[in-house]
Amino acid sequence: MAYSFPEEVLEHVFSFLSSDRDRNAVSLVCKSWYDIERWCRRRIFVGNCYAVSPEIVIRRFPELRAVEMKGKPHFADFNLVPEGWGAYAYPWIAAMAEAYPFLEEIKLKRMVVTDESLELISKSYKNFKVLVLTSCEGFTTDGLASIAANCRHLRELDLRESEVEDLSGHWLSHFPDSCTSLVSLNMSCLGSEVSFSALERLVARSPNLRTLRLNRAVPLERLANLIRRAPQLVELGTGAYSAEIRSDTFSNLADAFSACKQLKTLSGFWDVVPSYLPAMYSVCSGITSLNLSYAAIPSSDLVKLINQCQNLQRLWVLDYIEDSGLDALAASCKGLQELRVFPSDPFGAEPNVPLTEQGLVSVSEGCPKLESVLYFCRQMSNAALIAIAKNRPNFIRFRLCIIDPQAPDYLTLEPLDTGFGAIVENCKELRRLSMTGLLTDRVFKYIGSHAKKLEMLSVAFAGDSDLGLHHVLSGCDSLRKLEIRDCPFGDKALLANAAKLETMRSLWMSSCFVSFGACKLLAQKMPRLNVEVIDERGPPESRPEGCSVERVYVYRTVDSRQRLDRPDFVWTLDEDSSLRYS
Amino acid sequence: MPADLNLRLGLPGSDQTDVDAAKSNKRASPEKAEDTASNGVPAAKSADDHETAPAPKAQIVGWPPVKSYRKSTAAAVKKAEAESGMYVKVSMDGAPYLRKIDIKLYNGYSHLLTALEDMFKLSIGEYSEREGYKGSEYAPAYEDKDGDLMLVGDVPWEMFMSSCKRLRIMRGADARGLGCAQ
Repeated sequence: MAYSFPEEVLEHVFSFLSSDRDRNAVSLVCKSWYDIERWCRRRIFVGNCYAVSPEIVIRRFPELRAVEMKGKPHFADFNLVPEGWGAYAYPWIAAMAEAYPFLEEIKLKRMVVTDESLELISKSYKNFKVLVLTSCEGFTTDGLASIAANCRHLRELDLRESEVEDLSGHWLSHFPDSCTSLVSLNMSCLGSEVSFSALERLVARSPNLRTLRLNRAVPLERLANLIRRAPQLVELGTGAYSAEIRSDTFSNLADAFSACKQLKTLSGFWDVVPSYLPAMYSVCSGITSLNLSYAAIPSSDLVKLINQCQNLQRLWVLDYIEDSGLDALAASCKGLQELRVFPSDPFGAEPNVPLTEQGLVSVSEGCPKLESVLYFCRQMSNAALIAIAKNRPNFIRFRLCIIDPQAPDYLTLEPLDTGFGAIVENCKELRRLSMTGLLTDRVFKYIGSHAKKLEMLSVAFAGDSDLGLHHVLSGCDSLRKLEIRDCPFGDKALLANAAKLETMRSLWMSSCFVSFGACKLLAQKMPRLNVEVIDERGPPESRPEGCSVERVYVYRTVDSRQRLDRPDFVWTLDEDSSLRYS
Repeated sequence: MPADLNLRLGLPGSDQTDVDAAKSNKRASPEKAEDTASNGVPAAKSADDHETAPAPKAQIVGWPPVKSYRKSTAAAVKKAEAESGMYVKVSMDGAPYLRKIDIKLYNGYSHLLTALEDMFKLSIGEYSEREGYKGSEYAPAYEDKDGDLMLVGDVPWEMFMSSCKRLRIMRGADARGLGCAQ
């Protein structure tokens, strides 16, 4: 066209668009914009590795520099997805090694990554900078050694919460002396001891180091020397925070901390000896994020620490904080945005600490900016939930876990429907909700009517009938991820809302009442959905008609081929409803 | 939605057809993943009010939803707790300084009281519910979690261990109010 901008100009304009949504919108304007955009897109995010194939991605986006991807569904964190289900990174790594020699960043979550993949990464990309593996598994410290040895310009190595087979701590010594580019190192999930002198030298020669998260094996006595070499640190994860009580260790540590003027985030704190906590007091006024979720610290010591951290925005803590500690938090930390309280004794039948719904009520009252909560407790009432909802209509994430899965309102013995109903009604911006307790179809009616911005819903042991599921699928306009376990939901609601499933990333249902017949019908109706029946008892069609499948995982995909990496307990169903299994 | 939807509490296949859903506040207990009836539908255990004591809940797969690396931390924390001492201060009326003891080291009240008698060179005597520490000039008291001053010996030993914040050996007139005969 005579009046169209030259490609270079459009490319330049597009370079200001960083959000995927904006870039996707731009691609839809016309064919030439689609073409220009795809050549200049540098970063992609794939929310489900099976929604698309490496070939399709590479064909569309030939010049990527950064890839972020997620694999297993969220419930895999709680052992609900059998071992060997899938989410292998290797096919992606291998395909990208050929297609993207200039790739710089790989971020994976809940995927199986092998040493082979890590070695391939370390050798294929000359300018590789960032490797983040969140909740991944399948690799050993040998794979880490390859990365350390070969990635000359490595900036980030972050292994958060991954399960690594820890053969030795020797991998760290593979960083060459010439490597001075490190900005972030997170090795907190590793078990074995690394060479402390190698670690100190690495830290000393990394002037850009902002994030250092040590593992438990780094003793407190070593911490002072490490942070002295990196006073520019912004995020620090300690190792074990215990040592014999000695005044020289203490003053050494306190000195080292006082030099860290930029410190904003603290984590680690395994095996805490409370007497050493005051060594950190000098940095506390600048701390915005504190993760004490591994620390068994009595409430009184926690309160003393929290009172020092007036600017706290995020706190992760064990229920040792008790209701009284949460009262103190509500009084001290008026800028608090996120609170997570984890159970110290998740499998104990009786409460081991005085932490109840009251703590959450206090914090919701006292902290006007609180928008994200994950709270484990052993009792809840509708009155408390209603109070919380009225106090904090600005919640974005509300995840409540009552340890007893079908616990009613402990005061009235009624279901907790009205309480959660109040949450969705008052918190109009709610994007994520996890519910527990005694819940009937009524709560789902409330959710369907009010939770219009809800994107992710987690449900367990709730509801009475298919109506519950139907309310959610038909009412929640923004729903992207729905995960359900042990609920009496079945075929009718699923089939009646089949079209909805294509507007979502995925649906997980385990231990519900979905029959194999319904799965086949769904697959037939919706060709762009993959319907996976995950059942370890053998071929589903060999069971009686109407029998429920153990698990079904439904997700939209543009990759029309069946998964080639299916294990023998996964059956995928395609359009003509013929059973395909390996 | 089709009119033939049979709405009721409880899982299909269970004996419990509870028509009046509003009244019942007990549901079929959640099941372990392995526990299925022959037709593949999870069998429902009816938890009715006739049970004298609730059966210990079976470990449910993946519940509570705590990531595995946190579970091992929780266990480690428990272990650490179990290994660490339970030190409480012990004061005696009139004594110039306090002592500290690890109540974990004692296996019961008599053991504890004998140790206190030894430590402070006094005699406390026998406990009785009705009369406290009759015949003794001293009464062992403790401050509990709520800050109240309580007589040692009233509650089971385990409960005492977890609620005792400090010990106080009271004497003379003050002790009278705590059930010590004078």
